[in-house]
Amino acid sequence: MQEKLKELIADLKEEEALELVKEMLSNGTDPMDVLETCRTAVEVVGKRFEEGKYFIPDLLMSGEIMENISNIVKPHISADTEEKKRGKVLIGTVEGDIHDIGKNIVTFMLEVNGFDVLDIGVDVPPEVFVEKIKEFQPQVVGLSGLLTLAFDSMKNTIEALENSGLRDKVKIMIGGSPTDEQVAKYVGADAHGKDANAAVELSRQWTEGN
Amino acid sequence: MEKSPQELYEEREKRFMDAVQLKVPDRVPIIPCLDFFPAIYAGITFEEAMYDYDKAYMAWKKTALDLDADMYWNSYISYPGKGLEVLGYNLLKWPGKGLKADRMYQFVEGEYMKASEYDEFLADPTDFMIRTYYPRVCSAMAGLQKLPPIHGGYWQGIFGLVGSFGDPEVQESLKALMEAGNIFAKWFEFLGDFNKELEALGYPNALGAATYAPYDIIGDTFRGTRGVMLDMYKNPEKLLAAVDMVTPWALEAGINGAKASGNPRVWIWLHKGCDGFMNDEQFKTFYWPGLKKVIMGLIEADLVPYVYIEGDYTCRLETIADVPKGKVVYHFEQVDIYKAKEILGGVACISGNVPNALLCTGTPEEVKEYCKKLIDVLGKDGGYIMDSSACIDEARPENLKAMIDFTKEYGVYS
Repeated sequence: MQEKLKELIADLKEEEALELVKEMLSNGTDPMDVLETCRTAVEVVGKRFEEGKYFIPDLLMSGEIMENISNIVKPHISADTEEKKRGKVLIGTVEGDIHDIGKNIVTFMLEVNGFDVLDIGVDVPPEVFVEKIKEFQPQVVGLSGLLTLAFDSMKNTIEALENSGLRDKVKIMIGGSPTDEQVAKYVGADAHGKDANAAVELSRQWTEGN
Repeated sequence: MEKSPQELYEEREKRFMDAVQLKVPDRVPIIPCLDFFPAIYAGITFEEAMYDYDKAYMAWKKTALDLDADMYWNSYISYPGKGLEVLGYNLLKWPGKGLKADRMYQFVEGEYMKASEYDEFLADPTDFMIRTYYPRVCSAMAGLQKLPPIHGGYWQGIFGLVGSFGDPEVQESLKALMEAGNIFAKWFEFLGDFNKELEALGYPNALGAATYAPYDIIGDTFRGTRGVMLDMYKNPEKLLAAVDMVTPWALEAGINGAKASGNPRVWIWLHKGCDGFMNDEQFKTFYWPGLKKVIMGLIEADLVPYVYIEGDYTCRLETIADVPKGKVVYHFEQVDIYKAKEILGGVACISGNVPNALLCTGTPEEVKEYCKKLIDVLGKDGGYIMDSSACIDEARPENLKAMIDFTKEYGVYS
């Protein structure tokens, strides 16, 4: 039944997947095993996205299914268990910009790939980036922006990190439709990621050995 | 002998129409689409551009004259801040209302119509708009929620319907509508004056009217990105029915707008059909059929569909090539320009693709080099209009000027 569930989630068959989860739980399947199956199914979804077979709506739909399964499974779990993460990434849309689709997709893909991600939202001022980075201590910081006006916000954010002595402690990637390598250079970031897969790849490179 | 403004005007219109009709014009037309660039360029804040029409007039006129492109943009795209305030318009945050004075307004997405409300919307859309949708989108129209069904005013029903207009909350909303009505009417008048002056100086208006792809109408302003994407899985029939229902609305907006302005360029702002935002089958099911009907309807009305495409569209080229020859402009943000020319060349006029990042951070030399490539590839034998990838807020003025002047010089067909 685990294989069947994995397949149903990966193929985005919500109703059938939810039915099966209920059946499994009433048959005495360990709820943690159900969640583990979900995790492997979402890995398949992530893989299909990387391969260009799945697109943003498919990611959202798999997220929707996961959320509904969690709601069913959660009452059956006693305590949360810790799992080893690949590394920490803090991500946010810079000040003055409230776009979040791209940022959310990157967050999703990083989580699927085993990163511990802290998403600090949209329109985030530099001082909040500084504060949250101090608290969370990520290895990687992602700055998102869809407006050309976000370039200067990115620049200000990175300057704020420099002024508070955090710049050398993190690798910084930027992303968003109008950004490119030249913009990365302009704002003082370490790299530009052209899409969510590139963001995962950069984060992998920067957290290797963790 | 120097050409008169009237002659220049006609020459520019002809240059544009030649490009659209895939004839070889005298040179590549250059029509840079502008957001708030004129405010930055003329040294006023974005907030001033939205609230002070005199300053906006000055900024947009100075920009149009200094740039001296083939067509101009008026400050329509900056919207009247006071009018939005009186309406309590919830779809935007703007400088002066939620954003700093030097920021471009931004769209606030939400599920302004819930998935469970499709049936109501489909059964009586106008009633749904008046009593449910407008009150959500405009705080000042919240009172309209207290009206009974608008269709109920037959025979004695009219007494109850009219009686509900005695409600103080309904009356508050009506007062706000009258106040906002005055503001918007004045604003349109101001834009009209601007257009008259620029046209008298020999420049046609780039924007004749605006409309949207039917799927985007549902996705942008009713269901939100997440909502509409999930609907493709969870409520596909209802989503399709809604897309079908608003398709004539989208066409009507384009035709009526163009009639009012007397200008054939109907910009269709595309958002949610780009590569990555849905798969090919979804594009062909939910997006393209409605958009194509709008494009065909505009062509039948002798108008020029000016399809402004955000995101990458390389995967959609084959599908969107299915339009009549020499009638449509496709404006691209990101696209494989070689494929675009190969697939759309001989079918539709191509525009755009000068990266806004390059205009922001590059040098005039780099801009010229990029424009040269575009003219060589996309402009070969006509069918290309030079423009930036997306409407311009920030750009180094010398870069924008380089894009324009270089096109005038290098883009000449001999």
